[in-house]
Amino acid sequence: MMEIGLPHYLVVSAVLFCLGILALATRRNAVLMLMGIEFILNSANLNLLAFSRYQGLNLEGHVFALFVIILAAAEAAVALAIVLHVYRMNNTVDADRIASLKE
Amino acid sequence: MTADTLLTLVLIILFMPLFSFALLLGFGKRLPRKGDAIATGLMFLNLGLALAVLFGVYALPDTPAIHGFALTPIQMNFQWIDFHTTISVFGNTIPLQIELGIMIDRLVAIMLVVVTLITALVHLFSIGYMHGDPKYHRFFAYLGIFAFSMLGIVITNNLLMMYAAWELVGLSSYLLIGFWYEKPRPGYAATKAFLMNRVGDIGMWTGIMILFTSYGTFRFDQIFAHIAAGHLPFGSEAWLTAAGILIFMGAIGKSAQFPLHTWLPDAMEGPTPVSALIHAATMVAAGVYLVARTFPMMSGGALIVIASIGTITAFVAATIAIVQNDIKKVLAYSTVSQLGYMVLALGVGAFTAGFFHLVTHAMFKACLFLGSGSVIHAMHHGLHKIHDHDTDPQDVRNMGGLAKKMPVTFATFLIATLAISGVPLFSGFLSKDEILAGAWAFGGLRGELAVIVPWVGFFVAALTAFYMFRVVILTFFGESKRPDIFEHVHESPMTMKIPIIVLATLSIFIFFSFNPFSGPSGWFVKSLPAPATVTGEHWYQFAHGEQAHGEATHAEGMHGESAGEESTHGESTADEAVAVTANPAQEAFEHAVHESHIPAMITSLLLALSGIALAFAVYRRKMIDPDKVAEKTGPLYRFLLNKWYFDEIYELWVVVPGVHLISRMMRWIDTNIVDGAVNGVASITTWQSRISGLFDKWVVDGAVNGAAYVVGFFGILFRKTQTGKIQAYIAFLLAGVVVLFYVFR
Repeated sequence: MMEIGLPHYLVVSAVLFCLGILALATRRNAVLMLMGIEFILNSANLNLLAFSRYQGLNLEGHVFALFVIILAAAEAAVALAIVLHVYRMNNTVDADRIASLKE
Repeated sequence: MTADTLLTLVLIILFMPLFSFALLLGFGKRLPRKGDAIATGLMFLNLGLALAVLFGVYALPDTPAIHGFALTPIQMNFQWIDFHTTISVFGNTIPLQIELGIMIDRLVAIMLVVVTLITALVHLFSIGYMHGDPKYHRFFAYLGIFAFSMLGIVITNNLLMMYAAWELVGLSSYLLIGFWYEKPRPGYAATKAFLMNRVGDIGMWTGIMILFTSYGTFRFDQIFAHIAAGHLPFGSEAWLTAAGILIFMGAIGKSAQFPLHTWLPDAMEGPTPVSALIHAATMVAAGVYLVARTFPMMSGGALIVIASIGTITAFVAATIAIVQNDIKKVLAYSTVSQLGYMVLALGVGAFTAGFFHLVTHAMFKACLFLGSGSVIHAMHHGLHKIHDHDTDPQDVRNMGGLAKKMPVTFATFLIATLAISGVPLFSGFLSKDEILAGAWAFGGLRGELAVIVPWVGFFVAALTAFYMFRVVILTFFGESKRPDIFEHVHESPMTMKIPIIVLATLSIFIFFSFNPFSGPSGWFVKSLPAPATVTGEHWYQFAHGEQAHGEATHAEGMHGESAGEESTHGESTADEAVAVTANPAQEAFEHAVHESHIPAMITSLLLALSGIALAFAVYRRKMIDPDKVAEKTGPLYRFLLNKWYFDEIYELWVVVPGVHLISRMMRWIDTNIVDGAVNGVASITTWQSRISGLFDKWVVDGAVNGAAYVVGFFGILFRKTQTGKIQAYIAFLLAGVVVLFYVFR
């Protein structure tokens, strides 16, 4: 059985990041795009914790990750509120159709 | 003390009040007690220094130098302006330069004490009198600048500095008379005093310039030396006389002589301590001092004018004073009258008598003014208590019986009145007697019309006694005419009592002569003999023989000419100073004065006593009703009550046409010069604005529009990237991230 090391975490993290980017770039639904952002943030968290664990950074990584989680929670709250409002105004959450600022 | 020490002390005395002025003007409000204690203390210190100078001068050896009119006075000169060119004066080539300087002699020393004494006492008095005034500290500052200017007049040894200090006195008196400028009358009175003084000063400056263009110097000693050497201005006696009369014009303005006397009574609008300071003791004395200072160069022609003006002034003012009801107005006209006396004395050649009267008058008149200030203060208080703001607190018709309530003020006022009336045992008797003896001798020697001078002199002596006792009786004796005010009247505080007590004490004979009936035997008259005139045969020529023409006069005396000399002290060259020999006419006059001394004394004493008796008969015993007399002599009474209509005449003949002429000139200047300048500026502005309009249109607007166009162009270009599709933006973002990775790899 293979020992699980830093590269494994980094690979998982990179995959998560790519998935997040992909969701962000391809989905038109705003809620799903927010989920993509959550993916990206969590991949970063994973990176931080992995480095913290394997590179002897002690608790700095954990603290950082905690901050990111708090930030993500705040971000989700604000973003969902915006989305809700956008839905009320436009009756849709399709990003392509919310283009009233476009020329 | 040596002469140098004395000169230094004199400089300190001069600048002390200026220091007080600067201190109070700058920090007055922040100083403890608003600085009155500091100012008063400095003035008393100054008085101490002046006394030291007086004793120092009298301790010096008795050479002509300390009489001041020798050709080598004790003086100190500073070069002020050097024109780096030379002028030719009566055959001598001298560098053209202007010197400032001070001198010290007995005349200066006595004046220093008089000025600093009155200033210090007035400061003390003002602490009580001006208490609570909103501009309290500024009042003391003005007193300081006034004292500085006055001391400047006293100690200078040249006409230029004299003129500068003269104008400074004019300025500071303007500030003091108009101290309550919020009210219209003080402001008007201050302007009037200032302008009337200017009229005299124009003459004074012209006279100074006649002397300067002739002799190239302003210094007294050098001018006297030139005249003594027979150098007349422009080579004629008429110019010398003209210079004398023109310089005397300055004195006419400052000493309120006829016909420029009308400013002084109006100047009573100032605070009463100011009246005591400038209208009794110092500023008005400046004119007399100027004449005394230039006495040696006054020719007979100039002196006769001076004597005439003095006689007219003494008479006119005394007649007006009889009928005035304002206590300060009576004192004002009495001041004018007494100044006329002094000028008269100098004019007839009785130099010592005139200066003696100046000193004694300064004491008792300051006492009278401060005493009247005390009365007015009390009346004001009484009126304030009964909430009466319309009654005049200065009107003697509202007073009476005040002796009971204000014993100190009454006693001092009475002493000063006895002094001014010429009652023996008081200082005024000594000096007035000297003047009358001089006038008597003059009338006797010249004969003809000149006898008017002593006649008027004696008549005025009687009038003076009468009107002064009229005021005393109406103010202090009998029953109060307004018991409601009387009830609240009370004696003044200590700061106001001390000055009048001191001044009343100094009005007693003992300070001037130990013999109460003989002024000439006292130290004062003995120490100040009349200076020898330098005008030689241009002086009075009395008809009575003795005048073997002073051919032997003019010895050398041009030694003062070596200009640039820093200091010429009297002691070393004392024998040279005797260069001016005695004038036979002057000797004859002195002799005649000596002879007429006793008869003049008896006559003046009788007249003064009869004047006092008449005053008591009319106003105390009520034997004659003054109202009925006024009724019977209707036109004369109104003529006097309206002050001989001088103000009306000036209004009609000078002020109105003058204002008319000036307003026409001003109108022309306004329409042609001022309006022209305004219109010119306007058209220049129009042209300039047209040019800047074009600049605005093409350059500024061009730049603004150009910037907008450039921005718009790029805006259109970059607008294409704003697709509104979020995925597109994210794609751009990713592309950008990739590029950054590539760059910072």
